Amino acid sequence: MNVLQEGLGEIFTDPDPDHAREHFRKKNRALTNKLMTVREAVRRFVHDGDYLAVGGFGGVRIPTALLHEILRQGRKKLGFSGHTATHDNQILAAGECFDRCDIAYVIGLEARGLSPASRRYFESGKVKICEWTNAGLYWRYQAAALGVPFIPGRSMLGSDTFKYSGAKLAECPFTGKPFALFPALYPDVAIIHVHEADIYGNARIRGSTIADQTLARAAKHVLLTAERIISNDDIRNCPSDTRIPYFAVDAVCEVPYGSYPANMPYLYFSDERHLKEWLESEKDPVKHQQFVKELIFDTRDFHEYLHVCGGLRRMIELERLERMIAKPDTYGDEMEALR
Amino acid sequence: MTAYNRMELMIAVAARLLEDNSIVAIGTGVPCAAAMLAQKTHAPNLMMMFEAGGFAPILPTMPVSVGDSRTFYKALMATSMRDVMASVARGMVDYCFLGGAQIDPYGNLNSTIIGDDFAHPKVRLPGSGGANDLASHAWHSMVITIQDKRRFVEKIDFITSPGYLDGPGARERAGLPPGTGPHKVITDLAIMGYDPKTCRMRIESVHPGVTVEQVKANTGFVLTEADEVLQTQPPTARELHVLRDEVDPLRYVIGR
Repeated sequence: MNVLQEGLGEIFTDPDPDHAREHFRKKNRALTNKLMTVREAVRRFVHDGDYLAVGGFGGVRIPTALLHEILRQGRKKLGFSGHTATHDNQILAAGECFDRCDIAYVIGLEARGLSPASRRYFESGKVKICEWTNAGLYWRYQAAALGVPFIPGRSMLGSDTFKYSGAKLAECPFTGKPFALFPALYPDVAIIHVHEADIYGNARIRGSTIADQTLARAAKHVLLTAERIISNDDIRNCPSDTRIPYFAVDAVCEVPYGSYPANMPYLYFSDERHLKEWLESEKDPVKHQQFVKELIFDTRDFHEYLHVCGGLRRMIELERLERMIAKPDTYGDEMEALR
Repeated sequence: MTAYNRMELMIAVAARLLEDNSIVAIGTGVPCAAAMLAQKTHAPNLMMMFEAGGFAPILPTMPVSVGDSRTFYKALMATSMRDVMASVARGMVDYCFLGGAQIDPYGNLNSTIIGDDFAHPKVRLPGSGGANDLASHAWHSMVITIQDKRRFVEKIDFITSPGYLDGPGARERAGLPPGTGPHKVITDLAIMGYDPKTCRMRIESVHPGVTVEQVKANTGFVLTEADEVLQTQPPTARELHVLRDEVDPLRYVIGR
């Protein structure tokens, strides 16, 4: 294949499928009980220097409990896949957990604005950067999940995003047209929050699956948090609902409201008031440090964090918002926080 | 005539450009308001596609995130980013809306850095997200933005998402699908399109009370005019009613 151009960006992970196959060959195939605490999951499977990918979509179905625990346990020098990383990025940047990042979308918080703390971190020079796009990063997961070293595509062509990426431009051997080649991305660890899982890691996701079915198959290790644990019989009674198979999964943690303050489709809406407080605190680095200390470092676990954030009373309000049966004034209050 | 603000005007103008039974990829905020307005007026079967996987919802309220549960409320499908991006790539998406900190005369957009040194930017911005993917593959891309000399510049600091790159034929030479590219730019002053001969932005319609000279004065590059520059029709009473009472009752976008 005739390579026409190469991006200047560094590829942080090994795209060779045979190296990955050596790992997958050794992966456990038995139906093993993988239930454990969030603390144990992070202790066993997330190490300094690992490359981390986060499921969900920044403010939707993110594994908040695992993200917090990565901070509490002081993980550093992680690689990070910035695939629409919004609140997940705010959390990891607050702990200065990563030092290299494949950027598709960071700093921005969609309709909520821009995160000053994330911006400071990315402008500090502490993070090595490689540019991508959301689909580009997705194709990289897809190549890994397929066991091929790259996938051709037409995103990024002609742009500076290509110039500062790790992609290559090559002439298609069939059509003679130029295509961008997206190298396989095998994360060391993927952390994903799901609606339901059994103790072996067979998991269900409702609503949009975003990139998570593919991500779970691309990553070398997968840690799940689930809103609730269901029986293996439940899984077998409706196998078409299984989105992630047990053999991809290394740890299963039961964490109700585990995506708070993000939106968990069909269960609870995002806590816009809390997210706004977080954003406000970021304007002053000292205040922000104190805010994060109180919420994450001074709480023992996710239950304590939920308690600090208003506990069950607040969760019920967010459940009502999600089902759109909240009183209009409550709803107005939520939307007010966005302005 | 009913009074209206510039956000309402831009949203109404954008909505009219969306045809019934077409597929549009949209984000949160203004583009979403435009798509909702179109769906509630002339385009009831406008199919909205959200990059995280929501397809053809009947939006109850404006989403906060292009992945939140509102993006697949009463939808035809709650799918995945793969399905959406693959649909864009194979040519099923007619329109998309894009944004950025800077736009140049060829419709190239910057949402990555401000400054001329990539390693040490003056300001780091979010990056492409799905914008480059949509700009590369959707048949027609549109931009809705406030018009000023800071945003409309001859040379942008970083091409995050491709417009016509450096002129006619450049997209095809780069390998982008033929027949795709920038379509309209809707601002608080005018509607702009692109001259097919030069691929440069040109004024097609000026909004009520705005002159061609004013539009040019708020643009940091030489802006030409279409053979006939039209007068934009102001929002109708019905458009304003739907926008204020059904699309954005909390004035979350139109109150900006």
